[in-house]
Amino acid sequence: MITLGSRKIDFAAGQEIDPRAIVRVSTDYHRPLPLRAREAFLVRGDDAPAGFASYLVLPNGRCPDNVAAQRRVHLPPEFEYLDDGDVVRLVPERGEIRTLYRRSSPHNSFLLTERCNNYCLMCSQPPRDVNDGWIVDEILATIPLIDPDTGEIGFTGGEPTLLGGRFFELVQACKSYLPRTALHILTNGRTFSDDAFARTLGSLQHHDLMLGIPIYADLPHVHDYIVQADGAFDETIRGILNLKRHGVRVEVRVVLHKQTVTRLPALAAFLARNLLFVDHVALMGLEMMGFTRANLDALWIDPDDYRSELTEAIGILDRARMRVSLYNAQLCLTDQRIWRFAKRSISDWKQEYMPECEGCIMKGDCGGFFASAKHRYSDRISPIAA
Amino acid sequence: MAKFLALAEYEKPMAAGGYRPLPYRFMPLSGDRYVLTNLVGEFVITERQSLRVFADGQLSYQDELYSELKSKHFLIDGDSDVALDLLAIKVRTKLSPLANFTGLHIFVVTLRCEHSCPYCQVSRANDDRREFDMTRETALRSLDLVFRSPSPAIKIEFQGGESLLNLDLVEFIIEEAKRRNEHEQRDLAFVLATNLAVLDDRVLALAARHQVLISTSLDGPADLHNKNRPRPGGDSHARAIAGIHRARMALGRDQVGALMTTTAASLSRVRDIIDEYITQDFDGIFLRPLSPYGFAVKTKSYAAYNETKWLDFYFEGLDYIIDLNLGGFPFVEHYAAMILQKMLTPFQPGYVDLMSPAGIGIGAVVYNYDGDVYASDEARMLAEMGDTRFRIGNVHANTYEEIFLGDALLDPLEQSFAASVPMCSWCAFEPWCGSDPVFHHATQGDFVGKKPLSAFCGRNMMIFKGLLQRLNDRPQVREVFERWANIR
Ligand code: SF4
Ligand code: SF4
Repeated sequence: MITLGSRKIDFAAGQEIDPRAIVRVSTDYHRPLPLRAREAFLVRGDDAPAGFASYLVLPNGRCPDNVAAQRRVHLPPEFEYLDDGDVVRLVPERGEIRTLYRRSSPHNSFLLTERCNNYCLMCSQPPRDVNDGWIVDEILATIPLIDPDTGEIGFTGGEPTLLGGRFFELVQACKSYLPRTALHILTNGRTFSDDAFARTLGSLQHHDLMLGIPIYADLPHVHDYIVQADGAFDETIRGILNLKRHGVRVEVRVVLHKQTVTRLPALAAFLARNLLFVDHVALMGLEMMGFTRANLDALWIDPDDYRSELTEAIGILDRARMRVSLYNAQLCLTDQRIWRFAKRSISDWKQEYMPECEGCIMKGDCGGFFASAKHRYSDRISPIAA
Repeated sequence: MAKFLALAEYEKPMAAGGYRPLPYRFMPLSGDRYVLTNLVGEFVITERQSLRVFADGQLSYQDELYSELKSKHFLIDGDSDVALDLLAIKVRTKLSPLANFTGLHIFVVTLRCEHSCPYCQVSRANDDRREFDMTRETALRSLDLVFRSPSPAIKIEFQGGESLLNLDLVEFIIEEAKRRNEHEQRDLAFVLATNLAVLDDRVLALAARHQVLISTSLDGPADLHNKNRPRPGGDSHARAIAGIHRARMALGRDQVGALMTTTAASLSRVRDIIDEYITQDFDGIFLRPLSPYGFAVKTKSYAAYNETKWLDFYFEGLDYIIDLNLGGFPFVEHYAAMILQKMLTPFQPGYVDLMSPAGIGIGAVVYNYDGDVYASDEARMLAEMGDTRFRIGNVHANTYEEIFLGDALLDPLEQSFAASVPMCSWCAFEPWCGSDPVFHHATQGDFVGKKPLSAFCGRNMMIFKGLLQRLNDRPQVREVFERWANIR
């Protein structure tokens, strides 16, 4: 688990740093001067080249005297991971630093808004009805600073499409500045039930776009209950149909919990019969974040208790030749015949293992646990022996 | 934090309103069980009493059956109506191959053959007379028609007689088709149907150069195959096996397929036949019924052939193959696979004999050696018996429009459309079945036929029921079937 943000940063004097700076981090002593003027130099050792807008000083770093105190920021050890090419936000007034992009991570994602038109029982990022349009500006400023060789970035929310036209602006920015980077967007898909909205996204012709859209049940009212929004199922399905009609790739996402596992095989059959043309189906273990903890009684089921439903559902999808992946699953709670679908996907800053895992030979392949799993995880974890 | 609503809140529209059934049909299976099918062939199996409650509009939304019927689009209620959108898309998907029109174009390049199979409907003894060979002029006129088809995928299949006896013309047609295709840009493929007895290096070089698929005949083990397929020397089987090996070596394992012909002698030998296919390293077999046309009728072999016996043959073979699969050896029965594709997937297989509207002319068409155009392979066999009802034109005398939009083709298509003929229109199996106007014309004298008297209907009904029973009774069999259904 790594720390992405802190508001206890010592900006020392710091007056020369922009009140709200989005800066690329550099470790390059030979960085051209014009670029230094808008970047932050990461000070690990005991010298630093002149001319950077700011200097991020790690615990073992010592800034030489040629660096004005007014441009120094002293970082705690949690930020040792920062490296060349990363992008951070500095807000001296709040003593804040936040890592927006890590070049070495395959899991960079951007929260576009906290607003949402669903209110899912297990939402890990509980929506807030706030005016947070500033986020878009910040991301638009960040995108050009991202390494164009980045494999993939993600957009999440809240519900990104609630941004309306500005949503397309962000997709267009990714297309223009990151022509080799895949873009994965988590959306509930409802906005795309408006065909014009779907058509506009399709017409942007992003080179490598995938929309991750949840469907939690084959029965509309069960889905609507899980997302706490009447009529959501119909809108989401129509949204998916419109997106596929306009050439946008769609991944169906199913979170595994007590309300979804009973009808999981029926849902799989529904997908295979009605939405065979979607590009991927992702089945995902429950994360103990946000609303999940409040609704734990309604949601928690030991993965060991839905083994057979999971195996059957994956079998149905696989035999229908749909592309299927299983995320966040502990292999010791999963039938071996579906291990080949299991992916290690939990973002690297979240993935952990439990003391029970000691000595397990499958650790290298196992999806492991979200850090949040400390709140609740199966009591049937048992290391797999050779 | 806002309050979360309970599941019951979201059930209210269902509790309040009742439901509307979408179009469905039903049919008794064994005992008390019924099968219900919807517009696109999704199905639910339930008891008579539950069906009655559903049909009476009395089924509770809390009933497990209600959920199943709703999920599979047998009903809509006040909660959701997106089922209509999805159902519409599924209907369109099932019917969409129709828009492509004719994809399979069969060229009978010669009637000559060096075999003299008693059941064969069309072949002429092998001699050097060329009167039974297709000419280049006829081939060129036929190719004009081939490329008038709007289909984005065009498959040209060479048949005989023994097609290799007119190899010059096969080569001519392939090269001419490819030349035209430089402009046409269709997905063009070739199939050469041959008994492989006169296979030589020239054939293999031609096939390799143009990625021609070889389709051969294999009726079972040597004694059965040779009995079915007499030729001078009595070595048909040995030649077929040697040919299969040579062709695989030259072209690739999966470039060679085999079809079997069922005769009276086959009926007690289904395991031997399947074992022969396994021995020869095929991935599956098509357990075919014997057609009632041509010499098959004349020589009385059809009379010896009894529909019940064939069904026993079929199910014995099917169960043997299922057991192989359950034991971990994947092997496919292709007739079942085709029907299962209709039952278990959104797609519609392009098997001409099991389509409605029928596949004649619009799924496949035959250009005979003499330029006559037939609506199907069976249609030209019927013509050999003197019934030319399905001769839909001649490449030299008629235009594309006259042939493909003429009454000779459209009448049987329209009249036999299963969804609107007696018995089929209320049959629960109609979404999986077909209409086969050629068969019904041949056996009953009209395109529709009285289905209770139809061997086509009786046979398919038994197969539908047999497949349903097997997949419903054993989950492992259902898995095997799901795999077969998705071979595309
Ligand atoms: S013991 Fe731990 S590492 Fe091993 S499979 Fe289970 S959860 Fe994964
Ligand atoms: S032919 Fe027989 S089985 Fe087929 S649809 Fe008609 S009545 Fe039903």
